[in-house]
Amino acid sequence: MRAKSLIAAALAAALIGLSPASAEDGHAPNPPRQQWSYAGVFGRFDQAQLQRGFQVYKEVCSACHSMRLVSFRNLAEAGGPGYSAAQVKALAASYQVKDGPNDAGDMFDRPGRPADRFPPPFPNDQAAAAANGGKAPPDFSVLAKARTYERGFPWFIFDAMPFVGYSEQGVDYIHALLVGYEDPPKGFEVPDGGHYNKYFPGHIIAMPKPISDGQVTYPKDAKGNPVVPETVDQYSKDVSAFMAWAAEPHMMARKALGFRVILFLIVLSGLLYYVKKKIWARVGGEVHGLQPELHKTY
Amino acid sequence: MSAHASNAYVPKSRLAKWFESRLPLVGLVHSSFVAYPVPRNLNYFWTFGAILSAFLGIQIITGVWLAMHYEPSAKGAFDSVEHIMRDVNYGWLLRYMHANGASMFFVAVYVHIFRALYYGSYKAPREVLYILGVVIYLLMMATAFLGYTLPWGQMSFWGATVITNILAAIPVVGDTIQSLLWGGYSVGNPTVNRFFSLHFLLPWMIAGVVVLHVWALHVTGQNNPAGIPIKSSKDAVPFTPYATVKDVFATVVFMILFAWFVFYQPNYLGHADNYVPANPAVTPAHIVPEWYFLPFYAILRAVPDKLGGVILMFSAVVILAFAPWLDTSRVRSANYRPIYRQFFWVFVAVCFLLGWLGAKPPEGGYVVASQICTAYYFAHFLIVMPLCGLYETPTKLPGSILESVTGPGKQVSGAGMPVGAAAAPTTKG
Repeated sequence: MRAKSLIAAALAAALIGLSPASAEDGHAPNPPRQQWSYAGVFGRFDQAQLQRGFQVYKEVCSACHSMRLVSFRNLAEAGGPGYSAAQVKALAASYQVKDGPNDAGDMFDRPGRPADRFPPPFPNDQAAAAANGGKAPPDFSVLAKARTYERGFPWFIFDAMPFVGYSEQGVDYIHALLVGYEDPPKGFEVPDGGHYNKYFPGHIIAMPKPISDGQVTYPKDAKGNPVVPETVDQYSKDVSAFMAWAAEPHMMARKALGFRVILFLIVLSGLLYYVKKKIWARVGGEVHGLQPELHKTY
Repeated sequence: MSAHASNAYVPKSRLAKWFESRLPLVGLVHSSFVAYPVPRNLNYFWTFGAILSAFLGIQIITGVWLAMHYEPSAKGAFDSVEHIMRDVNYGWLLRYMHANGASMFFVAVYVHIFRALYYGSYKAPREVLYILGVVIYLLMMATAFLGYTLPWGQMSFWGATVITNILAAIPVVGDTIQSLLWGGYSVGNPTVNRFFSLHFLLPWMIAGVVVLHVWALHVTGQNNPAGIPIKSSKDAVPFTPYATVKDVFATVVFMILFAWFVFYQPNYLGHADNYVPANPAVTPAHIVPEWYFLPFYAILRAVPDKLGGVILMFSAVVILAFAPWLDTSRVRSANYRPIYRQFFWVFVAVCFLLGWLGAKPPEGGYVVASQICTAYYFAHFLIVMPLCGLYETPTKLPGSILESVTGPGKQVSGAGMPVGAAAAPTTKG
């Protein structure tokens, strides 16, 4: 008992005494948490959403952001946006890809093939930086896993747990960033070439507001209305979901396999428990716990 | 019960006899993992040795497979890891198992170490066994650090930079060690290449020391929650099937935790920054090591002086090896040490607190708290351990392991070990 109260006291002292120290660090508010179809144990990507997200990437983001680790063929693979092989072939062919050298020793451009990776918008990082005010726009391939925000104690403990778990901090941050462009508060100086963003750490981001309402025309339903609203909020959700897939194209396979593995392990451990009990019964059973002398049950 | 095999292995077939008379390998395995007498009162904290062996196996197998696809160069490392994640069949599974396997390895080793500290497993005659364990722990730390640099993300690069700079603080040889590790004048392409080589080498050294660790264990016999030796055959049961089935059960249960992280929280124990390719021109806002190094990182940063911090950090690990001589108590198990038991749990809490502080920026209250916790960490070994043993009155020890299980004077059906087996636990090996 005394040990427990000491631990509790130590933790309480740590929390009371130390939490203000982090206030200086966290001036950007936490991104609001979104609902994602692919969150949780049974989460699955929404194919239509991934397709819309890809459309946003292709029509808007890809002007500056590369996605160099993703191949065209990935778009037709299981657990992804679900394009057909023919669609991917046509899409790839609409890109020009640098190849070579050929027999004459020359580099040449040719139409893309499904096995090609997405060609970058700039030939190299320096060109990308020069065209974008001195800083190259980050590559999209694993960006959804490369961004996060700090949840702090005690939330980070709950985040690891089943049912209350949370691993979509990165996508939530990206979504928040895209909707977080607003006028700076009074007295806040925004330097030249910078833009105010509510959720960006330090608030000054080099990227100007990348997308506005109605900029991308989404597929229409039978009545001629867009299936989802053509708003920045919706575009951001869709492109964030697409980035989550691009960063982790085997996520659905992973979650499906994980369910079977864990179910198997639970059943196996249940069986082993009774095997063990039966074997130990031969010598009068076994003892449990930290202090066996307190558990004299037989 | 006649189900128990007799103590010694007797080859039956002619082939087995022929082989045993030339190399008594089967007999060695038999005496170590079948007939070996195990105290009958072991609790689940004694299953972590088996769990750790399982993880050494998992890490080596997944690691060898990953090495087939990994490219150890500053230019290719990051992309080759993503190639494993995207294009290699079940590459994502191999990599997530390896990355999270390292974390689970440390979870298990920390339970194992705290168990040794609580039950006094380091005391005579198990000093060498225990020190070999500290050596394994040190090798594990080196291996884990080297492995974390291999994906060549931002944390890999900057972690490698911070740690190699720490080594440079060592007087006289520091600079030489540093440039040997770097392979140049800064962390770069040769660094990844040699870190990969060392990362492949060290696990085999761990495996070698594990053999010594198990050997020493089988000479001294296992400690147990009562902390008293096996006195009669009734105090022990044969390793197989009793300990075997318990170890397998505990390992499978632990695998559920492992699987949870691999399949549903694969990046929880890592850092988002490590998905940003290494960039020597951009320093991350906070350079933080993996969670299992955080207490030592807090100790390192608690000291304003670089060399002082380095000395203290290494001392924090090395001091573990002196526990057998710092602890003056004659009683092993903290179950019978009312004062030390409370200090033990405070020590555990301080280790957790240091871990939390290691993740925080080194400023303001965090530094002061780190300094207090660091002082307590060392005080536990240098003050609490020697003084507690001298001034504490232990509670009455049970007469035997059997008595600790059943209470005095009671009888249990079924003898544990055949007579003679327990009295001579070191017949082989």
